[in-house]
Amino acid sequence: MKHTFSAEDQAFAQEVRDFVRTQLPADIRDKVARGLRVERADIQRWHARLHARGWGTPHWPVAHGGTGWTPMQRYIFSEECLLGHAPRVVNSGLGLVGPMLMAFGSPAQQARYLPGMRDSSTWWAQGYSEPDAGSDLASLRTRAVRDGDHFLVTGHKVWTSYAHFCDMLFCLVRTNPDVKPQEGISMLLIDARSPGVTIRPIPMLEGGSDLNEVFLDEVRVPVENLVGEVDKGWTYAKHTLGNERTGIAGVASCKQQLARLKDLAQRQPDGDRTVLDDPLVRARIAELEMQTMALEFMGLKIMSANGQGVTAPVAPSILKVFGTELRQAIYSLMVQVAGPQAIPFQPDAFHADHEGELASPAELMGVAANYFDARKLSIYGGANEVQRHLIAKSLLAA
Amino acid sequence: MDFSLTDEQLATSAAVRRYLQDQYPDAQRGDPVDMPSARRRWQGLAEMGLLGMAVDERWGGSQQGPVGLALLAREMGRCHAGEGYLSSIVLAGTLLQALGSTEQCERWLLPTVAGQQQLALAHSEPQARYTLSDVQTRAQAVPDGWRIDGHKSLVLGGAQADALLVLARTEGAPRDTHGLSLFIVPATTDGLAVQHFQTLDGRHAAHIDLHHARVPHDALLGPLHQAFPALQQATELALVWTCAESVGAMETLIERTTEHLKTRRQFGAPLARFQALQHRLADTMIGLEQADAMVMAAAMLIDHAPPEVRQKVLATTKVITARAAQATSEAAIQMHGAMGMTAECRVGHFAKLLTTLSLYLGDAQHHLRWYAEHAIAPSAAATQASAPTTEKEFA
Repeated sequence: MKHTFSAEDQAFAQEVRDFVRTQLPADIRDKVARGLRVERADIQRWHARLHARGWGTPHWPVAHGGTGWTPMQRYIFSEECLLGHAPRVVNSGLGLVGPMLMAFGSPAQQARYLPGMRDSSTWWAQGYSEPDAGSDLASLRTRAVRDGDHFLVTGHKVWTSYAHFCDMLFCLVRTNPDVKPQEGISMLLIDARSPGVTIRPIPMLEGGSDLNEVFLDEVRVPVENLVGEVDKGWTYAKHTLGNERTGIAGVASCKQQLARLKDLAQRQPDGDRTVLDDPLVRARIAELEMQTMALEFMGLKIMSANGQGVTAPVAPSILKVFGTELRQAIYSLMVQVAGPQAIPFQPDAFHADHEGELASPAELMGVAANYFDARKLSIYGGANEVQRHLIAKSLLAA
Repeated sequence: MDFSLTDEQLATSAAVRRYLQDQYPDAQRGDPVDMPSARRRWQGLAEMGLLGMAVDERWGGSQQGPVGLALLAREMGRCHAGEGYLSSIVLAGTLLQALGSTEQCERWLLPTVAGQQQLALAHSEPQARYTLSDVQTRAQAVPDGWRIDGHKSLVLGGAQADALLVLARTEGAPRDTHGLSLFIVPATTDGLAVQHFQTLDGRHAAHIDLHHARVPHDALLGPLHQAFPALQQATELALVWTCAESVGAMETLIERTTEHLKTRRQFGAPLARFQALQHRLADTMIGLEQADAMVMAAAMLIDHAPPEVRQKVLATTKVITARAAQATSEAAIQMHGAMGMTAECRVGHFAKLLTTLSLYLGDAQHHLRWYAEHAIAPSAAATQASAPTTEKEFA
């Protein structure tokens, strides 16, 4: 065991930190730090700078534009980006479609689509869930029927993150209704501007609308946009879901939000003290900081573990449950720290260019919205109940 | 940071596990320990070389460092086999090594590592709760040495010990860290009154009154008035030990509970089919992973991190471990049903062990309060202005 990060890792962390500090545009940093809305153009501006530095797609294979970093370097990179208030590059092209096309796509698909993903000049959204197919994804009903050189696609996708930003959709569609649910599904790449595609943002509790409904009405999709083989889409989807699950613990996000929480608590007067002087608040903060430390060491241990046996296969599930519920607890305490100041709700104020009068101090306007938005953490990426099931199943199967 | 274990560490753990499983029969784990068999097992640990894992080769040991010691504690926790080790080796043994003269170590440390005798640290007092420096027992210089008077409470292994390391005030006010000194007091010394009792985990401890107990000049261990830093270091190592022992005990509870859920049938199905129980089992696993990560991190960092980081890591280790230990204990008993409450079923004994370990050296509340009062990092503004993260400090 080694108690230090290597000199190389420390130097690397410094290099990333310096890059974020000097290259992240100040207006974007400010939006992220205050929990305000981040637009597609903001993320593209940031991602283009990362791409120019050669850091646009760190986790991709080197041959496709990856950096060849160690898992530790990738971890340091994502930590430093978050801690420097860089926006997360939430374009699904990077994490999901890119790796899927590298594994299963044709050379022509790779040549056509990978370049636009490397700097987010093309924005991708994932069309998986449907009104009746959430955690039970295999029951999806959107159907694709072959018609000459095209598929005709009709159906209804929902909870499609950032579809309102997107140029391209990658969708699971049913191509064979007569076999086991998992065996009749195919993966199609669909131009979001095709006739018959309607994207409708869904207004959410927190006042935003990052999620969308996507209606597909007899959309004509060229057959060359089929990924891999027909009816094999479920295999490809499982591949991408695995990619989604590992980055989900969110240590840097915990640290960042705890720092924000303490800052807010220190600015909230409570008689002749501040909220940060309240022993009960301090005890809660202490607990959450301690859990964040445990989460960080858990992540580092899992990254380097040998011989730690039984939990290894479900380590991502353990990190997901613990990490997401910890983040939710941090946001919950943040609402309590804001107290009555969290009651005013002015969604327009979440935009950086808002100029109207505010009913609470600006730094508190986003707190309740962030709390409600964070409920998604235990729902997406495999609901936490599903994760607990996986953890128990691995123990009980042993 | 790299949490990977060396092949040697893995091999040692496996060998220790086999030995302890053989020596501590499953059906007896947690039963009150009788003194003769405790002595016999102690000798066996010495023959395995396990009593020397925290001690240098010079004194018959093999110094494995805190990580090696934590791995041993975990195995002992798995088998409820830790009796004596914490008091004799982790506390008293490391203090003797740190402070003792060659003569003192030859007289007391060598035979302890060889399994021929036991030691105990008598540091706590009834009024002190968890404050290490709250010492009213006084040692006064007399012509032929020292005279010690006071009450020492909850001395682990105090009745079996051949000698006690007694913490006494030689100067200053009751809670001063300066003015504390350690004395080696043989159990045969006149003026010792030993109240021997069994502890919650089936082990042994004693309250010890010292009334005009006289020891010679060379009973002083280490520098006069300045025992506190070494004492603190020993108790920090002991905290890691107790948390590692807890991790092992939790592993056993989770394994037993898993087995029970697979075999016990109700409503025509194994309990393992019931989702409410599955999820509770999953939560114990999540708690165990947190505790294990903290324990191994603490073991790695205890000798290397700057003081403010070390203290945070130690407090966190205790809070995270004690919370997980309680949740795991309660879940294990609940999922075993009434059977889990019987003395025959081993589950309750491990729960009692975990409770006992949680209460040594500062409980979760104690460490949480310390953290809340002293360790919460400055506000976000200050954090952002300086280094953006504290995590590299662990490095």
